[in-house]
Amino acid sequence: MALENTAIQEKLAATFAGEVFNFQQERDIFSFEINANKNTAIILFLKNDPDLRFHFLTDLCGIHYPDNPVEKQFAIVYHMHNWYENKRIRIKAFINGKNPEIKTLSNIFLTSNWMERETYDFFGVNFIGHPQLKRILNMDEMTSFPMRKEFPLEDGGRTDKDDRFFGRTIDNC
Amino acid sequence: MSELLLPPEHRYAKIIKEQLNEDGNELSILNLGPTHPATHGIFQNILLMDGERILDAEPTIGYIHRAFEKIAENRPFYQITPLTDRMNYCSSPINNMGWWMTLEKLLGVEVPKRAQYLRVIVMELARITDHLICNSILGVDTGAYTGFLYVFQFREKVYEIYEEICGARLTTNMGRIGGFERDWTPKAFELLNTFLEEFPPAWKEFENLFERNRIFIDRTVNVGPISAEKAMSYGFTGPNLRAAGVDYDVRVAHPYSSYEDFDFKIPVGKSGDTYDRFCVRNAEVWESLSIIRQALDKMPEGNEYHAEVPDYYLPPKEDVYHNMESLIYHFKIVMGEVPVPVAEIYHAVEGGNGELGFYLVTDGSRTPYRLHFRRPCFIYYQAYPEMIKGALLSDAIVILSSLNVIAGELDA
Repeated sequence: MALENTAIQEKLAATFAGEVFNFQQERDIFSFEINANKNTAIILFLKNDPDLRFHFLTDLCGIHYPDNPVEKQFAIVYHMHNWYENKRIRIKAFINGKNPEIKTLSNIFLTSNWMERETYDFFGVNFIGHPQLKRILNMDEMTSFPMRKEFPLEDGGRTDKDDRFFGRTIDNC
Repeated sequence: MSELLLPPEHRYAKIIKEQLNEDGNELSILNLGPTHPATHGIFQNILLMDGERILDAEPTIGYIHRAFEKIAENRPFYQITPLTDRMNYCSSPINNMGWWMTLEKLLGVEVPKRAQYLRVIVMELARITDHLICNSILGVDTGAYTGFLYVFQFREKVYEIYEEICGARLTTNMGRIGGFERDWTPKAFELLNTFLEEFPPAWKEFENLFERNRIFIDRTVNVGPISAEKAMSYGFTGPNLRAAGVDYDVRVAHPYSSYEDFDFKIPVGKSGDTYDRFCVRNAEVWESLSIIRQALDKMPEGNEYHAEVPDYYLPPKEDVYHNMESLIYHFKIVMGEVPVPVAEIYHAVEGGNGELGFYLVTDGSRTPYRLHFRRPCFIYYQAYPEMIKGALLSDAIVILSSLNVIAGELDA
């Protein structure tokens, strides 16, 4: 593969010293974390740099980590793809759990419009500058954000599916 | 009139009011959907119309949202396949296999060559049915019912093959970690061979009915075109992107399940209009048929249909009753006590509509910590309002069916 991980890492480290960290090859994808405040600058750089050319935003989604410290309770995960060199990368930006917000990518990739709406819908992450940040799959009247871990899948009063009956407690399942 | 249809705070209400003041002509609102016979699924579009022309559209989706990602977080891994069936239900085996391959990547399972080839065959069959439905329904929407009636029986034949392989027809829930749940019967191969003999002449005739048909060409050429740059920015993948002239195909970019062993072309279009999308799908059906033939020719001898991974692959039921080890494995798998590494996996397959991605985050427990489906329909459907701007209402219907938007995949 022509585009080496080290080349990406060096380029990013030279331009965004301290904002990009935790580089690692995770199975078949090169991944790293970024400072959430710099997300648009870094992604625009990755897209427009003549060597990196990550011109395709494959996927954008959120993850909830309720057990993390409060400033890292949500993660926004971007998967980007360079079709010229056929290289994928994964970018993670951790954001605050109390007031989750991050800048929108909708000026960079048109596709992020609905992906961000979906993430807002399920996690309540506020994408600053998004042209139409409203619910997309759930109904507009809904008040909670269902993909957060504290949101129960079904009625909490149900006892017929209690894990205790299978010799298992919440802790080891 | 419009006040009756739109709440006054809707942005179209303001546009209609201002337009009326300017030139005295009233713009109108048309609700296309949610349940409209021509949209083949539950989509709502509020169209702002000037006579027959569409000025703007506002899509509403989520009518059949079933919270698959949330359900998946509460289910053991092998119980998630039935959820993937229900995404793109026109080609569920591709979704099933994509999910198993994601798990195999997570667990480091090496699938035997023969099982990989069998998977390729069933995935290509699924692609054929997917494209067959899309193209023949596109014909129906332009007023040509005959082609649809003519080729639709072949979907039935493919479903008979599925039935022989796994017992189900539409929502297949096919395969296991490491391969298939049982070997393919001789009957399945027999049905497959009959299909390979009978289908190509019918498909040829279907093509002849449409590709040089004056009416069809008038209805589709230059209808809903999209440029390659726009398509990539909108995240298009699959036939819809290739119709715009970009030769991106996951089967070639990141070969999975031994796709690198087969020789096939990636058909591309030029203008990204409805006609090109139709032609790209037609050509892909021929390539799929060729891949199936190659896979049958190259099929390794023997009857291996799954990997030897007792930790994840259910033992035969007879052994569970008579053999202690099998009983233990059976119990552990069913109770979800199998070792799962902590990892983050992204695996993509070329679905009927484009790159179908599975982003799986595990924390070592019996269920995924987070599972996100990259659903191609959801991603490219957001380009729909832009594609129908300035088009006629009847064109909007044709564009929608040529994009092959499947409600199940759109809403997950």
